[in-house]
Amino acid sequence: MSAIASYNFGYLDEQTKRMIRRAILKAIAIPGYQVPLASREMPMPYGWGTGGGRGPAAIIGPADVLKGIDQGADDTPNAGSIPPFFAKVARVETTTRTADATIIQTRHRVPEEKLRAGQVLVYQVPIPEPLRFLEPRETETRKMHALEEYGLMHVKLYEDIARHGEIATTYAYPVKVAGRYVMDPSPTPKFDNPKMHRSDALQLFGAGREKRIYAVPPHTDVVSLDFEDHPFEVQHFSEPCALCGAEGVYLDEVVLDDRGGHMFVCSDTDHCETRRADGHVGALGTSPMESADV
Amino acid sequence: MSDEALLRVNGLGKSYGSRIGCTDVGFELWPGEVLAIVGESGSGKTTLLNCLSTALDPTRGRAEYRMRDGAFRNLYDLGEAERRFLMRTDWGFVHQNPADGLRMTVSAGANVGERLMAVGERHYGRIRATALDWLTRVEIATDRIDDQPRAFSGGMRQRLQIARNLVTNPRLVFMDEPTGGLDVSVQARLLDLLRGLVADLGLAVIIVTHDLAVARLLSHRMMVMKEGRVIEAGLTDRVLDDPREPYTQLLVSSILQV
Repeated sequence: MSAIASYNFGYLDEQTKRMIRRAILKAIAIPGYQVPLASREMPMPYGWGTGGGRGPAAIIGPADVLKGIDQGADDTPNAGSIPPFFAKVARVETTTRTADATIIQTRHRVPEEKLRAGQVLVYQVPIPEPLRFLEPRETETRKMHALEEYGLMHVKLYEDIARHGEIATTYAYPVKVAGRYVMDPSPTPKFDNPKMHRSDALQLFGAGREKRIYAVPPHTDVVSLDFEDHPFEVQHFSEPCALCGAEGVYLDEVVLDDRGGHMFVCSDTDHCETRRADGHVGALGTSPMESADV
Repeated sequence: MSDEALLRVNGLGKSYGSRIGCTDVGFELWPGEVLAIVGESGSGKTTLLNCLSTALDPTRGRAEYRMRDGAFRNLYDLGEAERRFLMRTDWGFVHQNPADGLRMTVSAGANVGERLMAVGERHYGRIRATALDWLTRVEIATDRIDDQPRAFSGGMRQRLQIARNLVTNPRLVFMDEPTGGLDVSVQARLLDLLRGLVADLGLAVIIVTHDLAVARLLSHRMMVMKEGRVIEAGLTDRVLDDPREPYTQLLVSSILQV
């Protein structure tokens, strides 16, 4: 018997999982509302997925297939450590393919591929309170949520326009959920905000350090805040992905050399790989057959 | 002035344990009327003002306010949501220290625009136009609209705070020593400005001050407080020219003559 056998299924004990599930149910019942919960130690430091990790720990079952995303990629730190962790403590299957996963733990991206009913997207959230930097008192921000006083959120957007001529907030762009609560969609690029709107999948947001869980149930309105004369817009890229030629996806800039060479590639590695396997080739991409590492 | 009061206060009192903050205060305030509350420090002026503006819950008494629909409501029976709504639409509060009433880290324009956004204005161009208009009215150069109040002088901050409060056309404004801490020439200009705005907009004002000259210049009526009680009330000129209570006489005779 391996040492791992002494852990409970999913690492957390059953009482804790029950407590988290209750919080999740409450969060689903009140979309966008931050539900407090007790925080248990996870075998990882804060900021490395304790909040997002607790979500899967509470809802994972033996039949689940887990995928991890860190800034869009499947091979960066959190994506490289959290799925193997659950493979160990819950003996679940892991995958990098969005379509095959039932639970997707993500750090700051929503997959390009449309999610389907039955999938759960679990976001890692560093700061759950969208009003935090405008109003530092937590007692006051809770009151503002309770009384639906969200004028202050627009003060921030006003400041953006006054200073930069446009709404310069590009990530953690505030949204209103189901016409009621203003929510921080975690530091995802605002490019992903429209994907949260009426998604078929359940979206959970876990903040480990701040001990909050909130949720967007499937088919729920998620509307980005804006002004009538400065409507919400997502980022646009002037060129397609250099590897797979995809357009209308979120791209990362990759520096190639020390002489200013750079390329734009899909931030979602699974999306890029799937497209290349299907034969799409970008300006700098080689077909998978010719490339040495495939 | 209308023939119906805006605010009716009855038997209002606030105790801190066995100590009295203020007690047995009653008065009526009409639309467009400026009422000064004067007295030395510790006399209960600020406690009274905080009770009236619902920042403090009084221990006893009532204060009935005529809402925009004409119905009188006891302020202390209102829900918190209603009170806060009143506070950012129909009321204003000008603090002695502008930093208490302003957001020091957002621009002047956003400071003025915040109340508009709080009541649902979602058009940047209109918010900005209104902010520019108000900056002009309080004599702040319009090219300072994107500066933070941190970069403003004390007098400018105070004028900005006034603009921020008046932008939603309130009917009642509370002021707590609005000219405190300003030098006399700046004070004079601010008083001039306030007098003009109050008259133009028909504001009702309750102003707390220890400066009798400010009370003389701004207010129609005044109440003199001592040890938590109103000891004398009447038309400002009457109280200052013909004080009846010995304490009021002392107060009036204490004014320094230059």
